[in-house]
Amino acid sequence: MLYREAGQFKATYAADQQIFPIRQDRIGIQLLLALAFVAVPLFASEYWLKAIMVPFLVFSLAALGLNILTGYAGQLSLGSAAFMAVGAFASYNFMLRVDGMPLLVAFALGGLAAALVGIVFGLPSLRIKGFYLAVATLAAQFFIVWLLTKVSWFSNDSSSGVITAQAMVILGYEFASPQAKYLLVLGLVATMALMAKNMVRSSVGRAWMAVRDMDVAAEVIGIRIMHTKLLAFAVSSFYCGVAGALYAFAYLGTVEPEGFNLDLSFKILFMIIIGGVGSISGAFLGSAFIVLLPIFLDVLVQDVFAGLLSPTIASNMQLMVFGGLIIFFLIVEPHGLARLWQIAKEKLRLWPFPH
Amino acid sequence: MQFFLEVLIGGLLSGVMYSFVALGFVLIYKASGVFNFAQGAMVFFAALTFVGILEMGVPFWLALVLAFGAMVLLGIGTERIVLRPMVNQPPIALFMATIGLTFFVEGLAQAMWGASVRGLELGIQDEPIEWMMEATGIGVSKFDLFAAGVAAVLVTALALFFQYTRVGRALRAVADDHQAALSIGIPLQTIWRIVWAVAGFVALVAGLIWGARNGVQFALTFTALKALPVLILGGFTSVPGAIVGGLIIGSSEKLAEVYLGAYVGGGIDSWFPYVMALAFLLIRPEGLFGEKHIDRV
Repeated sequence: MLYREAGQFKATYAADQQIFPIRQDRIGIQLLLALAFVAVPLFASEYWLKAIMVPFLVFSLAALGLNILTGYAGQLSLGSAAFMAVGAFASYNFMLRVDGMPLLVAFALGGLAAALVGIVFGLPSLRIKGFYLAVATLAAQFFIVWLLTKVSWFSNDSSSGVITAQAMVILGYEFASPQAKYLLVLGLVATMALMAKNMVRSSVGRAWMAVRDMDVAAEVIGIRIMHTKLLAFAVSSFYCGVAGALYAFAYLGTVEPEGFNLDLSFKILFMIIIGGVGSISGAFLGSAFIVLLPIFLDVLVQDVFAGLLSPTIASNMQLMVFGGLIIFFLIVEPHGLARLWQIAKEKLRLWPFPH
Repeated sequence: MQFFLEVLIGGLLSGVMYSFVALGFVLIYKASGVFNFAQGAMVFFAALTFVGILEMGVPFWLALVLAFGAMVLLGIGTERIVLRPMVNQPPIALFMATIGLTFFVEGLAQAMWGASVRGLELGIQDEPIEWMMEATGIGVSKFDLFAAGVAAVLVTALALFFQYTRVGRALRAVADDHQAALSIGIPLQTIWRIVWAVAGFVALVAGLIWGARNGVQFALTFTALKALPVLILGGFTSVPGAIVGGLIIGSSEKLAEVYLGAYVGGGIDSWFPYVMALAFLLIRPEGLFGEKHIDRV
């Protein structure tokens, strides 16, 4: 009754092509943004901002990057954490070695560095496909982490490659409080999500999807495969790189190459599986799920089963629940939480008269 | 030259150990088209179960049978709970499901048997063979030689099983074409169960050998990561490929670590196999022995 587009007429092409064609969606997204930008920093506690909201946003951005590559362009990657590492270390070095480097430019340069590395490791995708490619991206994962650990120049000669990110200062204002950090991350993530949403609606995104669905057919209808695949690797790595920079600067402050290991790559992969492969909102839903699930399980184990389970069994139960949930999602809803949300919207359109 | 030979032989023999794990991947991929990422977790699970049963005072052979039984149960469970509902899903979805399975099996193994590192004694010492050491000056570990022997027996047995038994023929038929196999009356689900059980057996053997070498611990799951370059080098669908790939990866990894590692600060064996496998892939995109992939529109 409330969610219905009846009576909303489009008189211009611009109106027909807007991102959210239904008025209720527009209101909804505006409310959501208002909530995120105003209500959360006002009312959320410091713990929530620092330990939940910021990592949620950072991981959303990384998942967005992987989703562009895997969900839209169909190239499975197991190396997203390595591209995050490139972004983090590149931003750190730009800040360190260039005097008066503006923070946002350093983030962008970090992302560009990651994009370049992504193109290099994306080159094999022109020749190899499917699982072979997935394994090939593991080469990126191991090689980059090794390189960042071994070459001490990247970490300014600190022991075992640990870097401490510089303070975040923009135009003389230092983003030090949890609220300020959160707002900075939110602003960047929201902008980049909007850009991604537009990108996948444009000819670029359609070319990606054509390559994903059948690359031979895409080539036959005149899509340049090499250009399209490498662009997907570059854009995806750029997103992951900026996410890595935010991970280092806004979330942890101190990072080491080993922190960007294969587990983190898998974590990001799980986010897009659970959230929805090939969906922008899916990246956010999946990230929220993966960030909140361990906390929820911890609370559950501590409060409900307190004393019943030993800590080792409890932590192993977490692993089992985690693995089980991934299988469950793949079986029950292979398109993830985003698809559930879509189904809910379709139902809502007919409600309360289903015929 | 002597040193070179010693490194080469050591590498070849350690390559055999990678082949064990790669073999499990190949079996499942051939028969069901599933890229089973959980093979490493299965190796861990098998070894931990075996040691756990052994610690309860059960004799060696009975423990072996019981551990094999546990692997069969795991295989059947996987087929029933994970694979059957996911028929007709794209291969990538199945691959991701096996990543979930990896987490589950790792958690299950440690929840059942605890997470402490355990030793495993097979009765073969990891020491150089004396007469060979005296005659040529090259140290070859008895244990590595034993592992190579086991690999030879295992591969021969598997080859015979695939070639000459009824079940083996059915397995090859399923590997060739699921639908055609179904239409001539081969029970797909039974075949899949058998394949997972055989892969479980291979995982058990790999777990015992690796466990005796490095101790039964969580790091066993990383053997899967070592086996992946072997796999892409040899091709996903080839049993001989897994062996040859293992030998190439094992020897080149050791040689690179010894001769190149010194220049770049060491530790290159974490990524060198991958980069080498990648270089191979650029020339032969299906691996050395993989089936040629033909694109059809």
